[in-house]
Amino acid sequence: MRELICICCPLGCHIKVDDSDMADLKVSGNSCPRGAKYAKDEVTCPKRVVTSICPVEGGEIQMVSCKTKDSVEKRLIFDVLREIRGKRLLAPVHEGDVIVPDVMGTGVDVVATKTVLRRNDG
Amino acid sequence: MIHHELVIVGGGPAGLAAALGAYEEGLRDILILEREDQLGGILNQCIHNGFGLHTFKEELTGPEYASRFIREVLERKIPYKLGATVIDVSKDKVVTAVSQEDGLLLIQADAIVLACGCRERPRGAINIAGSRCAGIYSAGTAQKLVNIDGLKVGNEVVILGSGDIGLIMARRMTFEGAKVKAVLELMPYSSGLNRNIVQCLNDFDIPLYFSHTVVRIHGKDRVEGVTVAKVDDHLSPMMDTAFEIPCDTLLLSVGLLPENELARGCGVELSRVTSGAIVDENMMTSLEGVFECGNVLHVHDLVDFVSEEARNAGRSAARYLHKEISSDAEEIEIKTSGGIRYSVPQKILRNGDFSPIQFKMRVNNVYKNVEIVLLVDGEPVARKIKQIVTPGEMETLLAKEESVRRIKEGKEVEIALRRRG
Repeated sequence: MRELICICCPLGCHIKVDDSDMADLKVSGNSCPRGAKYAKDEVTCPKRVVTSICPVEGGEIQMVSCKTKDSVEKRLIFDVLREIRGKRLLAPVHEGDVIVPDVMGTGVDVVATKTVLRRNDG
Repeated sequence: MIHHELVIVGGGPAGLAAALGAYEEGLRDILILEREDQLGGILNQCIHNGFGLHTFKEELTGPEYASRFIREVLERKIPYKLGATVIDVSKDKVVTAVSQEDGLLLIQADAIVLACGCRERPRGAINIAGSRCAGIYSAGTAQKLVNIDGLKVGNEVVILGSGDIGLIMARRMTFEGAKVKAVLELMPYSSGLNRNIVQCLNDFDIPLYFSHTVVRIHGKDRVEGVTVAKVDDHLSPMMDTAFEIPCDTLLLSVGLLPENELARGCGVELSRVTSGAIVDENMMTSLEGVFECGNVLHVHDLVDFVSEEARNAGRSAARYLHKEISSDAEEIEIKTSGGIRYSVPQKILRNGDFSPIQFKMRVNNVYKNVEIVLLVDGEPVARKIKQIVTPGEMETLLAKEESVRRIKEGKEVEIALRRRG
């Protein structure tokens, strides 16, 4: 049995999922169909967009913010963060630039979410 | 002294949208004054996603949301100054700013939009005992140090306050390798979004203690731990429940306060509930030609609402300069009752403009199965049914043209929260 708080709306239903049979999940406590879908997704394959920062050399600021362009499996979050931290970027970096292609073999790229110009580049 | 038709104080989400709104109404002589070295305001350090769902129907990070507005401002060649801090606004609309480039700058404006945002409630405002050791930060300061400057803030962290910034920082600190030992919330509920409780705390097994607070900070040079206690119904700590959590860092996420020194300085009437200005449907303050929008007016939870409100304020400022609107009319006070703490706007002008008005409001507690009703002389003219309302989520109620006509022809106007069933 898994207990979840639904994030689909402010109601925040406390949902229970009977996962004794993964092929036939039984959801209770939800107030709407969106909650049932959310709960099933959370139990079978939870996914998150990961956002973090990556150091930039020679930039007007020290760090460029970045994100996975799509959601990735939740269990990979810390691996994704390690991949991002291992990168050394050189300014300029532009919003949308790929920082880590196909991170952890997920098929999802990590991209910059802001532009960091070279220091004194204006 | 130089002259501009419209001066906008603040280049964050509110200031940018206000500038675009004014531009759309045909105004060109605009100047945005921003104290930081870049436009975008607080969004630059809010690197998490979830912004812009209402406006763009996609989830953007803070910097991405900001850059869409910045791009539009640049494309329209709307002038702005960076590193320029406004230190005074006078009753006759002289804006005083200081910057490295210009030194002291005096600008005579015909209209002003105050879009200077809010600041975090500091430690001093909540009276926690203990020495003034290193390792105590407001959550937003820690966010800036980590996300912009790339500094490590601490290793073992306790967060006081479960507002969204506190929750977001719990995840950020975890991502940066710190151990977040607890999030403490004075109230029996969180003012943060469910989504953040789930994805920032539960995902990483970070415990959230409701009805708990920090009663003492330990350590002399650096934080060594905090004493935590449960609070009673009057929010007083019960010392027999006290326990200690060793930590080297305490983050405070204990509320935001509109930054209204400039408004106060020029005599703008402020609301004791929102700490922002009292405005009419044009977002005009009690001082003719001075407008407010965004977090300086009242603290928002969604930037989308800030942008929308600010765009309207910018449009109004332009229309004021084009002599299409004025504050020269009788004021109808909007009363609130039944658990609604405030509404913005707080007053409506009795005139012939029946354009739709979006009321924004907050409630004082969690209520289920309710309706928000707009009453004119006791008669409902607009309503919205809600399964749940919470203090953490701003509510809106749209009064369409017919309803606005009835407001402006009525005597008593009230927004009430009513139980259903």
